Amino acid sequence: MRSISTRALVVTGLLVALLLAGVASFYASTHPDGLESVAEKLGFSGTVQDHASSGSPLADYGTEGISNERLSGGVAGVVGVLVVALVGGGLAWALRRRSPSSTELEREPSSRTPR
Amino acid sequence: MHVPDGFLDAPTSLGTAAVAAVGVGLALRGARRELDDRTAPLAGLVAAFVFAAQMLKFPIGGGTSGHLLGGALAAVLVGPWTATLVLSVVLLVQGLLFADGGLTALGTNITLLGLVGVWTGWLVFRAVQSLLPKRVPMVAPAAAVAALVSVPVTALVFAGLYAVGGQAPIRLDALVTAMVGVHTLIGVGEAVISGLAVATVVAARPDLVHGARRVVTKRDLVVRDAVAA
Repeated sequence: MRSISTRALVVTGLLVALLLAGVASFYASTHPDGLESVAEKLGFSGTVQDHASSGSPLADYGTEGISNERLSGGVAGVVGVLVVALVGGGLAWALRRRSPSSTELEREPSSRTPR
Repeated sequence: MHVPDGFLDAPTSLGTAAVAAVGVGLALRGARRELDDRTAPLAGLVAAFVFAAQMLKFPIGGGTSGHLLGGALAAVLVGPWTATLVLSVVLLVQGLLFADGGLTALGTNITLLGLVGVWTGWLVFRAVQSLLPKRVPMVAPAAAVAALVSVPVTALVFAGLYAVGGQAPIRLDALVTAMVGVHTLIGVGEAVISGLAVATVVAARPDLVHGARRVVTKRDLVVRDAVAA
Protein backbone atom coordinates (compact mmCIF):
# COMPACT_ATOMS: atom_id res chain seq x y z
CA MET A 1 0.00 0.00 0.00
CA ARG A 2 1.66 3.20 -1.16
CA SER A 3 -0.20 6.40 -0.45
CA ILE A 4 2.40 8.76 -1.90
CA SER A 5 5.58 8.42 -3.96
CA THR A 6 9.04 8.83 -2.45
CA ARG A 7 9.52 11.94 -4.57
CA ALA A 8 6.28 13.50 -3.28
CA LEU A 9 7.23 12.70 0.32
CA VAL A 10 10.70 14.25 0.00
CA VAL A 11 9.44 17.37 -1.82
CA THR A 12 6.65 17.89 0.73
CA GLY A 13 9.07 17.37 3.61
CA LEU A 14 11.55 19.84 2.13
CA LEU A 15 8.80 22.45 1.77
CA VAL A 16 7.89 21.94 5.43
CA ALA A 17 11.56 22.32 6.44
CA LEU A 18 11.85 25.50 4.32
CA LEU A 19 8.73 26.96 5.97
CA LEU A 20 9.98 26.07 9.46
CA ALA A 21 13.45 27.56 8.90
CA GLY A 22 12.37 30.42 6.65
CA VAL A 23 9.18 31.62 8.36
CA ALA A 24 8.42 29.90 11.68
CA SER A 25 11.95 30.43 13.04
CA PHE A 26 11.16 34.14 13.47
CA TYR A 27 8.78 33.18 16.28
CA ALA A 28 11.24 30.88 18.08
CA SER A 29 12.21 31.56 21.69
CA THR A 30 15.14 33.93 22.13
CA HIS A 31 16.00 32.67 25.62
CA PRO A 32 19.38 30.96 26.11
CA ASP A 33 19.22 27.22 25.43
CA GLY A 34 19.73 24.53 28.06
CA LEU A 35 23.53 24.50 27.94
CA GLU A 36 23.89 28.32 27.73
CA SER A 37 21.49 28.72 30.63
CA VAL A 38 23.33 26.19 32.82
CA ALA A 39 26.66 27.80 31.92
CA GLU A 40 25.37 31.21 33.01
CA LYS A 41 23.84 29.94 36.24
CA LEU A 42 26.87 27.91 37.32
CA GLY A 43 29.27 30.59 36.10
CA PHE A 44 31.26 28.94 33.34
CA SER A 45 29.89 30.89 30.38
CA GLY A 46 32.77 33.37 30.62
CA THR A 47 35.33 31.10 28.97
CA VAL A 48 33.51 31.18 25.60
CA GLN A 49 35.77 32.40 22.82
CA ASP A 50 34.75 34.35 19.73
CA HIS A 51 33.62 32.03 16.98
CA ALA A 52 36.09 31.52 14.14
CA SER A 53 33.19 31.81 11.67
CA SER A 54 31.72 34.95 13.26
CA GLY A 55 32.59 36.80 10.04
CA SER A 56 30.45 34.46 7.94
CA PRO A 57 27.68 36.28 6.03
CA LEU A 58 25.20 33.93 7.74
CA ALA A 59 26.69 34.09 11.25
CA ASP A 60 24.15 33.69 14.08
CA TYR A 61 21.35 32.79 11.63
CA GLY A 62 21.15 36.27 10.11
CA THR A 63 22.01 37.38 6.59
CA GLU A 64 24.63 40.09 6.15
CA GLY A 65 23.30 43.15 4.38
CA ILE A 66 19.63 42.51 5.15
CA SER A 67 18.43 44.82 7.92
CA ASN A 68 14.84 43.51 8.11
CA GLU A 69 15.08 40.97 10.93
CA ARG A 70 12.35 38.69 9.64
CA LEU A 71 13.85 38.57 6.14
CA SER A 72 17.43 38.28 7.39
CA GLY A 73 16.67 35.23 9.53
CA GLY A 74 14.35 33.76 6.91
CA VAL A 75 16.95 33.90 4.15
CA ALA A 76 19.58 32.37 6.45
CA GLY A 77 17.17 29.56 7.34
CA VAL A 78 16.28 28.83 3.71
CA VAL A 79 19.93 28.80 2.63
CA GLY A 80 20.79 26.53 5.56
CA VAL A 81 18.04 24.03 4.74
CA LEU A 82 19.09 23.88 1.08
CA VAL A 83 22.82 23.51 1.86
CA VAL A 84 22.21 20.80 4.47
CA ALA A 85 19.77 18.94 2.18
CA LEU A 86 22.25 19.02 -0.73
CA VAL A 87 25.29 17.99 1.33
CA GLY A 88 23.42 15.37 3.39
CA GLY A 89 21.41 14.02 0.48
CA GLY A 90 24.44 14.05 -1.82
CA LEU A 91 26.55 12.13 0.68
CA ALA A 92 23.77 9.56 1.20
CA TRP A 93 23.28 9.23 -2.56
CA ALA A 94 27.01 8.63 -3.08
CA LEU A 95 27.09 5.95 -0.35
CA ARG A 96 23.88 4.12 -1.27
CA ARG A 97 23.70 0.50 -2.45
CA ARG A 98 22.83 0.47 -6.09
CA SER A 99 19.34 -0.94 -6.57
CA PRO A 100 19.24 -4.70 -7.32
CA SER A 101 17.43 -4.17 -10.63
CA SER A 102 20.06 -1.81 -12.03
CA THR A 103 22.91 -4.03 -10.80
CA GLU A 104 21.29 -7.05 -12.42
CA LEU A 105 20.93 -5.20 -15.68
CA GLU A 106 24.59 -4.26 -15.53
CA ARG A 107 25.70 -7.78 -14.71
CA GLU A 108 23.35 -9.75 -16.88
CA PRO A 109 25.33 -9.63 -20.12
CA SER A 110 28.59 -10.79 -18.52
CA SER A 111 26.93 -13.63 -16.57
CA ARG A 112 25.38 -14.94 -19.76
CA THR A 113 28.59 -14.82 -21.72
CA PRO A 114 29.22 -18.33 -23.05
CA ARG A 115 32.51 -19.87 -21.94
CA MET B 1 23.22 21.91 23.09
CA HIS B 2 25.98 23.23 20.82
CA VAL B 3 29.24 23.44 22.74
CA PRO B 4 31.11 26.67 21.85
CA ASP B 5 34.88 27.16 21.60
CA GLY B 6 36.48 27.67 24.99
CA PHE B 7 34.33 25.42 27.20
CA LEU B 8 36.67 22.42 27.04
CA ASP B 9 40.48 22.40 27.06
CA ALA B 10 42.58 21.42 24.05
CA PRO B 11 43.41 17.82 25.09
CA THR B 12 39.72 17.02 25.70
CA SER B 13 38.73 18.65 22.41
CA LEU B 14 41.39 16.62 20.61
CA GLY B 15 40.12 13.48 22.31
CA THR B 16 36.52 14.08 21.26
CA ALA B 17 37.73 14.98 17.76
CA ALA B 18 39.44 11.57 17.56
CA VAL B 19 36.29 9.83 18.83
CA ALA B 20 34.19 11.75 16.31
CA ALA B 21 36.59 10.92 13.45
CA VAL B 22 36.47 7.19 14.24
CA GLY B 23 32.68 7.35 14.64
CA VAL B 24 32.15 9.15 11.34
CA GLY B 25 34.58 6.76 9.63
CA LEU B 26 32.61 3.76 10.86
CA ALA B 27 29.36 5.48 9.90
CA LEU B 28 30.60 6.03 6.33
CA ARG B 29 30.91 2.23 6.07
CA GLY B 30 27.82 1.32 8.08
CA ALA B 31 25.55 3.74 6.22
CA ARG B 32 26.14 1.85 2.96
CA ARG B 33 24.01 -0.99 4.33
CA GLU B 34 21.20 1.38 5.30
CA LEU B 35 21.00 3.48 2.15
CA ASP B 36 19.52 2.59 -1.22
CA ASP B 37 17.90 4.46 -4.09
CA ARG B 38 14.72 5.02 -2.07
CA THR B 39 16.13 5.93 1.35
CA ALA B 40 19.06 8.16 0.28
CA PRO B 41 16.76 11.09 -0.62
CA LEU B 42 15.04 10.60 2.75
CA ALA B 43 18.43 11.06 4.45
CA GLY B 44 18.78 14.46 2.76
CA LEU B 45 15.29 15.38 3.92
CA VAL B 46 16.01 14.29 7.51
CA ALA B 47 19.18 16.44 7.54
CA ALA B 48 17.20 19.44 6.31
CA PHE B 49 14.44 18.84 8.85
CA VAL B 50 16.87 18.50 11.77
CA PHE B 51 18.58 21.75 10.74
CA ALA B 52 15.23 23.57 10.48
CA ALA B 53 13.90 22.15 13.74
CA GLN B 54 17.07 23.16 15.60
CA MET B 55 16.30 26.80 14.68
CA LEU B 56 12.94 26.51 16.45
CA LYS B 57 13.88 27.06 20.06
CA PHE B 58 10.94 26.41 22.35
CA PRO B 59 10.61 27.91 25.88
CA ILE B 60 10.82 25.47 28.78
CA GLY B 61 10.31 28.02 31.58
CA GLY B 62 12.77 29.81 33.84
CA GLY B 63 14.00 32.01 30.97
CA THR B 64 15.45 28.97 29.26
CA SER B 65 14.76 27.40 25.88
CA GLY B 66 15.52 24.13 24.17
CA HIS B 67 15.57 22.79 20.66
CA LEU B 68 15.46 19.42 18.95
CA LEU B 69 18.76 17.53 18.95
CA GLY B 70 17.37 15.09 16.38
CA GLY B 71 19.58 12.04 16.95
CA ALA B 72 16.81 9.63 17.94
CA LEU B 73 14.50 10.96 15.22
CA ALA B 74 17.14 10.54 12.52
CA ALA B 75 18.15 7.07 13.75
CA VAL B 76 14.58 5.77 13.62
CA LEU B 77 13.88 7.28 10.19
CA VAL B 78 17.09 6.45 8.30
CA GLY B 79 19.09 4.12 10.56
CA PRO B 80 21.76 4.92 13.21
CA TRP B 81 24.83 4.95 10.93
CA THR B 82 23.18 7.30 8.46
CA ALA B 83 21.87 9.36 11.40
CA THR B 84 25.45 9.86 12.65
CA LEU B 85 26.35 11.24 9.19
CA VAL B 86 23.19 13.38 9.05
CA LEU B 87 23.93 15.01 12.43
CA SER B 88 27.59 15.50 11.44
CA VAL B 89 26.59 17.31 8.24
CA VAL B 90 24.15 19.53 10.17
CA LEU B 91 26.80 20.38 12.78
CA LEU B 92 29.48 21.03 10.14
CA VAL B 93 27.25 23.45 8.19
CA GLN B 94 26.10 25.16 11.42
CA GLY B 95 29.70 25.58 12.58
CA LEU B 96 31.11 26.82 9.26
CA LEU B 97 28.28 29.02 7.96
CA PHE B 98 26.22 29.98 11.00
CA ALA B 99 28.90 30.32 13.71
CA ASP B 100 26.81 27.93 15.86
CA GLY B 101 28.84 25.34 17.77
CA GLY B 102 32.58 26.02 17.99
CA LEU B 103 34.95 24.77 15.30
CA THR B 104 37.46 23.45 17.85
CA ALA B 105 34.38 21.94 19.54
CA LEU B 106 33.12 20.30 16.33
CA GLY B 107 34.44 16.92 17.47
CA THR B 108 32.78 17.41 20.85
CA ASN B 109 29.46 18.30 19.23
CA ILE B 110 29.60 15.39 16.77
CA THR B 111 30.44 13.08 19.67
CA LEU B 112 27.54 14.40 21.75
CA LEU B 113 24.76 14.86 19.18
CA GLY B 114 25.93 12.55 16.39
CA LEU B 115 27.18 9.61 18.46
CA VAL B 116 25.74 9.75 22.01
CA GLY B 117 22.37 11.23 20.99
CA VAL B 118 21.96 9.03 17.93
CA TRP B 119 23.07 5.73 19.45
CA THR B 120 21.33 6.23 22.81
CA GLY B 121 18.22 7.00 20.82
CA TRP B 122 18.62 3.95 18.60
CA LEU B 123 19.36 1.50 21.45
CA VAL B 124 16.47 2.77 23.56
CA PHE B 125 14.22 2.62 20.50
CA ARG B 126 15.17 -1.01 19.84
CA ALA B 127 14.68 -1.91 23.52
CA VAL B 128 11.25 -0.26 23.69
CA GLN B 129 10.29 -1.78 20.36
CA SER B 130 11.10 -5.26 21.67
CA LEU B 131 8.73 -4.71 24.61
CA LEU B 132 5.81 -3.37 22.56
CA PRO B 133 3.60 -5.32 20.15
CA LYS B 134 5.40 -5.79 16.82
CA ARG B 135 3.15 -3.48 14.91
CA VAL B 136 3.69 -0.43 12.71
CA PRO B 137 1.65 1.98 14.92
CA MET B 138 4.09 1.25 17.80
CA VAL B 139 7.07 2.75 15.93
CA ALA B 140 6.27 6.42 16.69
CA PRO B 141 5.65 5.94 20.46
CA ALA B 142 8.90 3.96 20.72
CA ALA B 143 10.70 6.78 18.88
CA ALA B 144 9.23 9.32 21.31
CA VAL B 145 10.51 7.39 24.35
CA ALA B 146 13.93 7.07 22.69
CA ALA B 147 13.99 10.82 22.02
CA LEU B 148 13.00 11.60 25.62
CA VAL B 149 15.85 9.50 27.05
CA SER B 150 18.49 10.57 24.52
CA VAL B 151 18.55 14.24 25.56
CA PRO B 152 19.38 13.93 29.29
CA VAL B 153 21.88 11.14 28.50
CA THR B 154 23.64 13.48 26.05
CA ALA B 155 23.61 16.20 28.73
CA LEU B 156 25.09 13.74 31.22
CA VAL B 157 27.94 12.90 28.85
CA PHE B 158 28.63 16.62 28.38
CA ALA B 159 28.90 16.96 32.17
CA GLY B 160 31.36 14.05 32.15
CA LEU B 161 33.45 15.73 29.45
CA TYR B 162 33.39 18.98 31.43
CA ALA B 163 34.59 17.15 34.51
CA VAL B 164 37.57 15.89 32.46
CA GLY B 165 38.47 19.04 30.59
CA GLY B 166 36.28 21.99 31.60
CA GLN B 167 37.97 25.39 31.57
CA ALA B 168 36.30 26.59 34.79
CA PRO B 169 36.25 24.89 38.20
CA ILE B 170 32.65 23.71 38.51
CA ARG B 171 31.42 21.10 40.97
CA LEU B 172 30.47 17.97 39.04
CA ASP B 173 27.38 17.17 41.11
CA ALA B 174 25.98 20.68 40.56
CA LEU B 175 26.72 20.44 36.84
CA VAL B 176 25.12 16.99 36.49
CA THR B 177 22.02 18.09 38.40
CA ALA B 178 21.60 21.28 36.37
CA MET B 179 22.35 19.73 32.96
CA VAL B 180 20.20 16.62 33.41
CA GLY B 181 17.35 18.59 35.00
CA VAL B 182 17.08 21.18 32.24
CA HIS B 183 17.58 18.61 29.50
CA THR B 184 14.92 16.26 30.83
CA LEU B 185 12.45 19.10 30.19
CA ILE B 186 13.94 19.66 26.74
CA GLY B 187 13.65 15.89 26.23
CA VAL B 188 9.86 16.19 26.54
CA GLY B 189 9.87 18.62 23.60
CA GLU B 190 12.25 16.29 21.75
CA ALA B 191 9.82 13.40 22.34
CA VAL B 192 6.80 15.35 21.06
CA ILE B 193 8.55 16.58 17.89
CA SER B 194 10.20 13.21 17.15
CA GLY B 195 7.00 11.24 17.82
CA LEU B 196 4.93 13.47 15.53
CA ALA B 197 7.54 13.48 12.76
CA VAL B 198 7.98 9.70 12.84
CA ALA B 199 4.20 9.16 12.98
CA THR B 200 3.77 11.36 9.90
CA VAL B 201 6.34 9.49 7.81
CA VAL B 202 5.13 6.10 9.08
CA ALA B 203 1.56 7.00 8.09
CA ALA B 204 2.67 8.00 4.59
CA ARG B 205 5.36 5.42 3.81
CA PRO B 206 6.10 2.82 6.55
CA ASP B 207 8.28 0.92 4.05
CA LEU B 208 10.80 3.80 4.00
CA VAL B 209 11.21 4.03 7.80
CA HIS B 210 14.31 2.19 8.99
CA GLY B 211 12.86 1.55 12.47
CA ALA B 212 9.72 0.01 10.94
CA ARG B 213 11.58 -2.50 8.77
CA ARG B 214 11.32 -5.46 11.10
CA VAL B 215 7.64 -4.93 11.88
CA VAL B 216 6.70 -4.34 8.25
CA THR B 217 8.48 -7.53 7.16
CA LYS B 218 6.98 -9.56 9.98
CA ARG B 219 3.48 -8.52 9.01
CA ASP B 220 4.08 -9.42 5.39
CA LEU B 221 5.29 -12.86 6.43
CA VAL B 222 2.22 -13.42 8.59
CA VAL B 223 -0.03 -12.48 5.68
CA ARG B 224 1.82 -14.79 3.30
CA ASP B 225 1.70 -17.66 5.80
CA ALA B 226 -2.03 -17.21 6.14
CA VAL B 227 -2.49 -17.22 2.40
CA ALA B 228 -0.33 -20.31 1.99
CA ALA B 229 -2.25 -22.15 4.71
